Amino acid sequence: MVGALDRKLLRDLGRIWAQTLAIALVLGCGIMVLVGAQATQQTLIDTQAAWYERHRFADVFSSVSRAPVSMVADAARIEGVAQAEGRITFMAMVDVDGMDEPASAQVLSLPRAPGLNLPLVRRGRLPAPGNVAEVALNEPFAEAHGLYPGARFRAVLNGQMRELQVTGWVLSPEFVYTMAPGAILPDDRRFGLIWMPEATAAAVMDMGGAINEVALRLARGADERAVIAALDALLDPWGGTGAHGRDRQVSHAFLEGELQQLGVMAGFMPPIFLLVAAFLVNMVLGRLIALERVQIGLLKAIGYSAREIGWHYLKLALLIGALGWAAGAGLGLWIAEAMIGLYADFFRFPFLIRSHGTQALWLGGALAAATVLLGAGRAVWAALRLPPAEAMQPPAPPGFSRGPADRVLAWVRFRQTTMMIFRSILRWPARAAITLVGVAASVGVLVMSYFIFDSVDVLTDSIFGQANRQHMTLALSQAQTEQVVRDAHALPGVLRAEGGYAMPVRLVNGHQTWLSALQGHFPGATLARLVDDAGQVVTPPEDGLVLPETLAEALGLDIGDRLRLEMLAAPRRVLDLPVRAVITQGLGQEVHISAPALFAAMESVPQVNMIHLSVREDQIPTLHAAIKTTPAIAGLSDWADLRRQFDATLAENLLVMVSIYTAIGALIAVGVVYNAARIQVAERSYELATLRVMGFSRRQVGYVLVGEMMLLTLVAVPLGWVLGYALAQGLVVGMSTDMIQLPFHISRRTFALATLVVIVAALGAVLLVRRRLDRVDLATALKARE
Amino acid sequence: MHSATPLPVFRTQGVTRAYRTGAITVWALRGVDLTLNESEMVVLLGASGSGKSTLVNILGGLDLPTDGQVFFRDRELTRASDRALTAFRRDHVGFVFQFYNLVPSLTARENVALVTEIARNPMRPEEALERVGLGARMDHFPAELSGGEQQRVAIARAIAKRPDVMLCDEPTGALDSATGVQVLAALHEVNRDLGTATVLITHNAAIRKIAHRVIVLADGKIKSDEVNATRIAPEEVVW
Repeated sequence: MVGALDRKLLRDLGRIWAQTLAIALVLGCGIMVLVGAQATQQTLIDTQAAWYERHRFADVFSSVSRAPVSMVADAARIEGVAQAEGRITFMAMVDVDGMDEPASAQVLSLPRAPGLNLPLVRRGRLPAPGNVAEVALNEPFAEAHGLYPGARFRAVLNGQMRELQVTGWVLSPEFVYTMAPGAILPDDRRFGLIWMPEATAAAVMDMGGAINEVALRLARGADERAVIAALDALLDPWGGTGAHGRDRQVSHAFLEGELQQLGVMAGFMPPIFLLVAAFLVNMVLGRLIALERVQIGLLKAIGYSAREIGWHYLKLALLIGALGWAAGAGLGLWIAEAMIGLYADFFRFPFLIRSHGTQALWLGGALAAATVLLGAGRAVWAALRLPPAEAMQPPAPPGFSRGPADRVLAWVRFRQTTMMIFRSILRWPARAAITLVGVAASVGVLVMSYFIFDSVDVLTDSIFGQANRQHMTLALSQAQTEQVVRDAHALPGVLRAEGGYAMPVRLVNGHQTWLSALQGHFPGATLARLVDDAGQVVTPPEDGLVLPETLAEALGLDIGDRLRLEMLAAPRRVLDLPVRAVITQGLGQEVHISAPALFAAMESVPQVNMIHLSVREDQIPTLHAAIKTTPAIAGLSDWADLRRQFDATLAENLLVMVSIYTAIGALIAVGVVYNAARIQVAERSYELATLRVMGFSRRQVGYVLVGEMMLLTLVAVPLGWVLGYALAQGLVVGMSTDMIQLPFHISRRTFALATLVVIVAALGAVLLVRRRLDRVDLATALKARE
Repeated sequence: MHSATPLPVFRTQGVTRAYRTGAITVWALRGVDLTLNESEMVVLLGASGSGKSTLVNILGGLDLPTDGQVFFRDRELTRASDRALTAFRRDHVGFVFQFYNLVPSLTARENVALVTEIARNPMRPEEALERVGLGARMDHFPAELSGGEQQRVAIARAIAKRPDVMLCDEPTGALDSATGVQVLAALHEVNRDLGTATVLITHNAAIRKIAHRVIVLADGKIKSDEVNATRIAPEEVVW
C-alpha cells in the first residue's frame, strides 16, 4: 500500500524526471568507472593469484653464467626458501615458414618435478625426454604461426641451425605478458618461447651438469631481501647477475602495473563525479523544497512531524541515488566484461576467475547513498526548520541591494539584460559557484583524459622519432670490435650502420641497489640517440654517467655523486663513475655513458654488441634472409614495424577511447548546466515572460538565460584547465610504474578540445532548456505568482 | 481632452476566444465588437471570468482570438506573426499588471531603462520616473520599494516608450486605497498630459468615475458601454 506522501514522492520525481536523469547519469558515471575498474581489477587479481599458485610461480629469480646443478640444493637451504629450481635458458633465432624476417625466441629447459613455473599444456603434450628434436611452444606464438603439434620449424641454437618438431602448446605463469628482452611492446609473431627437456638444452649449450638460471619459491613470512642477498652471495662466484623478486620480473611487473592503473582509475575518477552529483542533488532538491514550502507548511499544520517530512525528501534523494547506482552498476559490469575480454587477449591466462564485482557494487551503493544524502542534507534541513505559519506565506521577493560590484557594473554601462545576468550571479553566488565548479570539473576531466594521448604522443615521438631512428637493431651473440659495424655495411640494403653497446649492470649506492642496463653511446651516432622528455638529444659528457631522474631518485643520487656499477656479464668489471647529468625520461631506466668514456674506464678497446641499421625498404626481405643465416646475430628488433604496430593499435582504439572520454566528460557539463538552467527558467519564467510582454524578442529573452550559463561556463573554463593540469599531474604519479613514467606534457590541442567539448555541451544543454521559454504562456505567466 | 472626432486605436469584430482544457471548452469571449479611441481612458468592469483579461491580452498582442478580427489602427493583429506581435508590443503598447512584474535584480531606473533600450523614441528613464513622482527613489531595487512605489515604477516603465496605448490589468488590485489612489493619479496624469489611450481593468466599481468611458463585460460579451458625463479626479475616489 503506497501512502499518500509516497505517491507525492513518485509524482515529484516524475515531474523533475529530466533533471533526475541528468543527476543519475552523472552519479552513474562515477559508479560505472568504480564498478568497471574494480570488477576488472578483482578478476585479474583472483585469476593471477590462482594461476600463480596452481602452477607455482617463483618468488625470486637470478641468472648466472654457469653454475653446477648442486647449487640448486644449496639455494634450497637458504633460510626462508621453500623450493628451488634450476634451469638452462638462452636466446635463439627462429625461422618459420611464411615469415620473411627471423623471429627470436627464449629457450627454456622444462622444470624437474615437482618444479617451479610449471607450464600448462593447452594442446598436444610436452616433449619426451631423450627426443632431441621435440619442443613445446608458448600458445600465442604457436597460434600466430599455425605451428600445431607435429609441425616443424628451424632455429639457430647456439650457432647451429636445427630442425625442431612441435609436440604441444603451453602457457606459463612466468609469461602472462610476453615481451622480447629490450622490446617495448609484446609481439607474438616475432618473439616466442620454446620449452625443451633439460638434457636437450644441456646438450645444445654444452651445459651438462650445469644451469644458468635459478628460481626460488619463498616460505610464508620469509624475508625476500635477505633471501636475495644470500642467493647473490651463493651465485656470485658462478657469475650471478643479481637476484630479484617478482617486482623486476617483466611479466609480473607489467601485470602489476596494469592492476595499479585500474586501481588509480577506480580511485581517481569517481570522486569527481560523485562530488558533482552531490552538488546537483543539493541544487535540485533545494529548489524543489523552496517550491513546496507551502505544502511543507501544510503538512506540518496537519500534523506530520518534521522527521516524517525530512525522511520524505531524503527518500527522494535516495531514489535518485538508486537510479544512478543501478545505471552505473549495470554499465560498470558491462564495461568490466568488455575490459576483461580485452585483457584476456593481452595477458595470457589459461582461465579467468570472474569477480561479480559484489564488493564494488556494495561500495558503489554506499557511495551513491552518501552522495545524495550529502547533497540533500542542507536542503532538507532547511525544510525541517521552516515554521509552518511562515512556510505557508509566499517567500519574500529576493532582496537585491547595491554593493561594490554594482558601481563597477554601472560604470561599464551594460545593457539591462546583461545587468540581469550579472546581478543574478551576484545574488545567488552559491548556485553560480556550483555551476562553475561543475563545469570546471567537466573541463578538468576532459583535459585529464585527453592528456593521456598527449603523453603517448610524446612517448612515441621520443621513442620512434627522436631516440630510435634506425629501421632495425641487431643484437650480437657476443661483443666484437668495431670492425663488425663496417662489415654490417656489406649486408644487403644497408644504408647506414652504427654500433651500440649495452650491458646488464647492478647499480650500488651505499645499501641501495638496482638492476639496470648500461648503454654506451658512440660519438656521432645519428640513429639510436639518448633523448629526454623535452625531445632534446642528450650527448653524454666526456666522462661520467647520465641517469634518468627516477633512477637517480631511487638510488638517492645527485649530480657529482659517484655510483658503483657491477657488470653482470662478461667481462664482469666493476666500475666506479661520477654522475654527470640527470635527465627526465618517460620510458627507460637505464644508465648512459659515452662509449669512449666507458671503454677508457674498462681499459679495453671499443666494442659493440648491437648494430643499428638504416636500410632501403625494398631490400628488407633480402636483408631478413641474410640475417636468418648469420649465427653471430642473436636477435633483431624491427623498429619500423614496431611503429606500424603501435600506430595501428592506437588508431584502432583512439576513436572509441576519445568518444568514451568525451561523452563522460561532457556529461558533467550537460548535467550541471541543464539543471542550473532548468532552475533558472522555473524561478524566473515570470520575469522572463514580462520581458516578452514588453516587446523583447525570443532571442533577447533567451539571451538572459543562455548568457548567464555561458558566462559561467566561460569563467569555469580556465578553472577547469587548472584542475585538469592538477589531475593530470596526479595521474602521472598514480599511473607511473617502474617500467613507464608518463611524460607530463599537455598540448594546446588538449586544452582547446576540452574547452570546445564543454562549450558545445553547455550550449546544447542550455538551448534545450531555452526552448521551454517559448512554451511559457505569456498571459498565464503574468498572473501566476509563485 | 476627449476629442470631438475621435480616431480609433483599436477595433474588434466578432472576437471570440475559447480555451480547451481536456474535454471541456470554456468560452472566455463570445463575439466582442468594440472600438477604442485615441486619448480615451476606458475602464473595463466585470466579474471574475467575464473575459476582461482575455480581451486586454488579445488587444495587447499576448493572445490571439479563436475567431474574429482585431485591428490596431489599420493593421490587422489577428494576422500578425509572433515576431510582428513582439514588435507591436515593443513599439506601441505599455502594460501595467496587478503584481507590477518588475525585474527584481534591476533598480527602478534600470527597470525603466530595460524598455528605453529597445524602444524607438523613448523618454529618459529619469523623466519617466519623475512623472510618476519617484525622482528620489530611482536607485532602489524593487524589494526596497513599497507596493505603490513598485506599481508606479511599472507605470513609468510602460510610459517611457511613449506608447500609443496603455493596458492596465488590475493595477490597484494588490494595493490599499491610499496607495491605489496614487497609482490612479499617475495613470490619469499620463492620459491627460501625453494623450495615451488607456484601458484599465478593474472589478472595483468605484474607479469607474475617473474614466471617459465605462465598458461592462459579462459572460464574454459586452453588457454595457457608457460614456461618463462627468469625471472625477482620482483623489476623489473612495473605496
